[in-house]
Amino acid sequence: MNETLRWTRKDLLGIAPLDAPEIELILDTAESFLEVAERPIKKVPTLRGKGVINLFFEPSTRTRSSFELAEKRLSADSMNVSASTSALVKGESLLDTATNLQAMSPDLIIIRHQHPGVPHMLAKRLEAGVINAGDGAHEHPTQALLDALTIRRNKGRIKGLRVAIIGDIEHSRVVRSNIQLLNKLGAEVTIAGPRSMMPAAAHALGATVSYDLDEALEGRDVVMMLRTQLERHKRSLVPSVREYFKLFGLTHARLARAADDVIVMHPGPMNRGTEIASDVADGPASVILEQVANGVAVRMAVLYLLSTAATGAAPTAAGQSDKEPHAGDGAHRGES
Amino acid sequence: MSEGAARLIRGGRVVDPSQGIDGTFDVLIEDGKVVRIEERIEAPDGAEITDAEGLVVTPGLIDIHIHLREPGFEYKETVGTGVVSAAAGGFTAVACMANTAPVNDSRSVTEHILLEADRHPYARVYPIGAVSKGMAGEELAEIGEMASAGAVAFSDDGLPVMSSSLMRRAFQYAQHYDVPVIQHAEDLDLTGPGVMHEGEWSTRLGLPGIPGAAEDVMVARDLLLAEDTGGRYHVAHMSTGRALELVRLFRARGVNATCEVSPHHLLLTDQAVSDYGFATCTKMKPPLRAKADVEALIAGVVDGTVDCIASDHAPHHHDEKDVQFSAAPFGIVGLETTVSLLLDRLVHAGIIDLSRLIELLSTGPARVLGLEGGTLTPGSTADITLLALDREVTVDPGSFRSKGTSTPFSGWNLRGVAVGTMLAGVPVRLP
Repeated sequence: MNETLRWTRKDLLGIAPLDAPEIELILDTAESFLEVAERPIKKVPTLRGKGVINLFFEPSTRTRSSFELAEKRLSADSMNVSASTSALVKGESLLDTATNLQAMSPDLIIIRHQHPGVPHMLAKRLEAGVINAGDGAHEHPTQALLDALTIRRNKGRIKGLRVAIIGDIEHSRVVRSNIQLLNKLGAEVTIAGPRSMMPAAAHALGATVSYDLDEALEGRDVVMMLRTQLERHKRSLVPSVREYFKLFGLTHARLARAADDVIVMHPGPMNRGTEIASDVADGPASVILEQVANGVAVRMAVLYLLSTAATGAAPTAAGQSDKEPHAGDGAHRGES
Repeated sequence: MSEGAARLIRGGRVVDPSQGIDGTFDVLIEDGKVVRIEERIEAPDGAEITDAEGLVVTPGLIDIHIHLREPGFEYKETVGTGVVSAAAGGFTAVACMANTAPVNDSRSVTEHILLEADRHPYARVYPIGAVSKGMAGEELAEIGEMASAGAVAFSDDGLPVMSSSLMRRAFQYAQHYDVPVIQHAEDLDLTGPGVMHEGEWSTRLGLPGIPGAAEDVMVARDLLLAEDTGGRYHVAHMSTGRALELVRLFRARGVNATCEVSPHHLLLTDQAVSDYGFATCTKMKPPLRAKADVEALIAGVVDGTVDCIASDHAPHHHDEKDVQFSAAPFGIVGLETTVSLLLDRLVHAGIIDLSRLIELLSTGPARVLGLEGGTLTPGSTADITLLALDREVTVDPGSFRSKGTSTPFSGWNLRGVAVGTMLAGVPVRLP
C-alpha cells in the first residue's frame, strides 16, 4: 500500500478530479479490504460510530446493496433514503432534503441521481463528504474503480492494455468514468456503438471511436459491454433488439477477434440476448461476478479514505482491524 | 424640467450613429425634443445644465427582448422592478415578451402592461403580443387588436411557433399592421430533453444536448416562409453561426429579415457549464454554444449582419434557480450587465468601435421594431443615455434592481458603465 500518499478530498464526485496516485491509493486500499470478505466474521470496526446516508433518487439494486454491505462491513451506522419514500414526493426541494439530512450530522452521504451534477451541487453545500454513486450520464466513479480493480487483479496491470467499451455510449456514465480512469492509468481505450447511440462529440471523451464491433474487438485485452436499455428510450435510437444484437451484440464467435486471454466485463444488470449472449456472459472469459465482489471492497476503500479526510483522523484499514482505530495526525484535513 | 423648459447637455462626447456623429458637442433640448447639436451652444435663459464632460451622450439605449413577468409571475419581476432595472442598466426603452399569465394575447393584457408602465415611468415599455392564442401554437391571436393597443411586434417567445402553417399565416396577417414576427427559433423535436448545447461539453458532462440544428432548421424554414409571404421576420437571441449564415443568404435574396444576439452568446461558450460546476446561471435558451458559433456571431456583430443586441433578460426567483442543473428554468438576467459587458469586451477590447455599439443598442433595435428613438436628430424625442467609458465596475447581483439575480457574470470586473438616462430630456431618478 502506498505509504507516502494520504487522502485529502472531502468528496468523491468523479474520476475527473483524481490523479493516478489517488486512483492507485484507492485500488491498493481496496485490495487490503478484499480479504475481509473471506473471514468467518465479515466485519471490521473501522467506521464504528460514523453515520452514512445512502440517498438514492434513482432505482438501484446493485450499487446500493454494494454500498450498504460495504458500510455494514466497516461497522458504520447507515441509513437508506430513497426517492419514493422521501419528502421529494411531497414537493420538498432536493437542496432542502439534503440540508435536512445534513442537520442529522452524517459523516458521509452517498448520492445517486438521474441528473448530472447533483452530487457536485450538494457537495458544495454539505459538510458531510459526498460520494457520487452515479449522476445521470455523467460519472460513476466507484464503478470505474471496481472495474479497474478487476482488470488489475486479472491482468496484473492496467498500463498498456487495450480496452474496448461497447454499447450505448451516449447515455452511459460508466463509460465516461472508465475512459478517464483507464487513460490516467495508461490503458488505450476504444469505444464502439451504433452512431445513434454516440454522443455528439464522442472524440472529446478521450477514446478511439469505432462504429464497428469487429473492428473494436480486434486484439483487445479487455471488453466491457454496457447495459442497453432500449425499452427506456422514448426516442427510438435503434429499430429493434434484433437489429441491435446483430450489429453490436457480443457472441462467442465475434469475441474470437479479441486477444486469447481477453476478459469480458459488464456493469450489470445484463440484458442477455440484447448486448451479450449467454455463452459469453457465463463463459470462461467472463469476470462479471468478480466485478460485483470487487465492488464491495472498492466501496469500503472509498468510505474509509473519505472518512479519514473528513475527520482528519487516520484510522487503520483492514490490516489492524482487530485493534482500536488510533488517532492520526490531524494535519491531513480535506481541502477539496 | 417643466413643460417648455430647456436643458443643455454640455461638453459630452456625442455618439449618434444615425447621423454619423462622434465628437464633443453640446446638445440643446426644448419641450422634450432635441433642438440642435453644436460645438458650443449658449444656454437659453432658465435652461437647466447637465455637465457631461468626460461622459458619452448617446441616443437612449433600447433592449427589445426582455421578460417583465407581469401579469402572473410578479414574484420573478414586475413591470415596476423591470423598468427600474432597465434604467439602472442605461436603457430608456424595453420591449417585453408575451409569456405572462395570462399570456399577452389580447388587448386587455397589452393595456394592463402599458398602464403599469405609466405608473412606473423609468423607461418606456413596448409590449410584444403573442402570435398565437395562449401561446398554444394553434390559432392566431388578435394581432390587430393588440397592435392598436400598442403592441409593437408579435412573438410566442419562450416557445417557438412550431406549426409551419401558423407561422406562414402570421407572416401574412402581420403585414396588415406592418409589424414584425419575432421567432424564438427552436425545433422542439430536436431539442427533446436537452438542457445545454450539444457538443464537446454535453458529451463530457453527460447532459442531454440541444443541437445547433434545432435553431438552424427553424430559421431556415421561417426564412423560406418569409420569402414566400413577404413577411417581416426577426430572429430572437440568435446563437449559431449557421443561422446567421442563413439570415445573410436570405437577406441577399431580398427577404425582410433581421436578427439579434444576446451578450452571453457573445462572451461565453458551452464550456462554462463545466467551468462553473453545473451552476444554473449557465442555463438559458438558446444554450451557450460552441466556440465556433461565438466567433461567427462576433463576426456578424462586426460586419453588420447582426442588427441589434438584446439581453433576453429572463428573471426567475432565486428558489427556482437554486436547484440541480436539469431542474432549473432556462434564463438569466441581463438588463444591468449588458452595457458594461459590451463596453469592456467589445469596445475596449477593440472588436467594434463605440459608434457600432450604439448602433447595436439604440439605432438598430429602434429600426428593427420601428420604434421612435435610436437617434438624436433635431425634432426627435430626447431619450438619452450617458456613459462613463472608463469607470470600472464589478458585477454584483446583490446590487441589482431586478428581482432576478442569476447571472454568469457575477464578480466580473468591467470597464465602462451607464451612469444615467433621460426620458424626453428629463433625467430619470431611480426610486
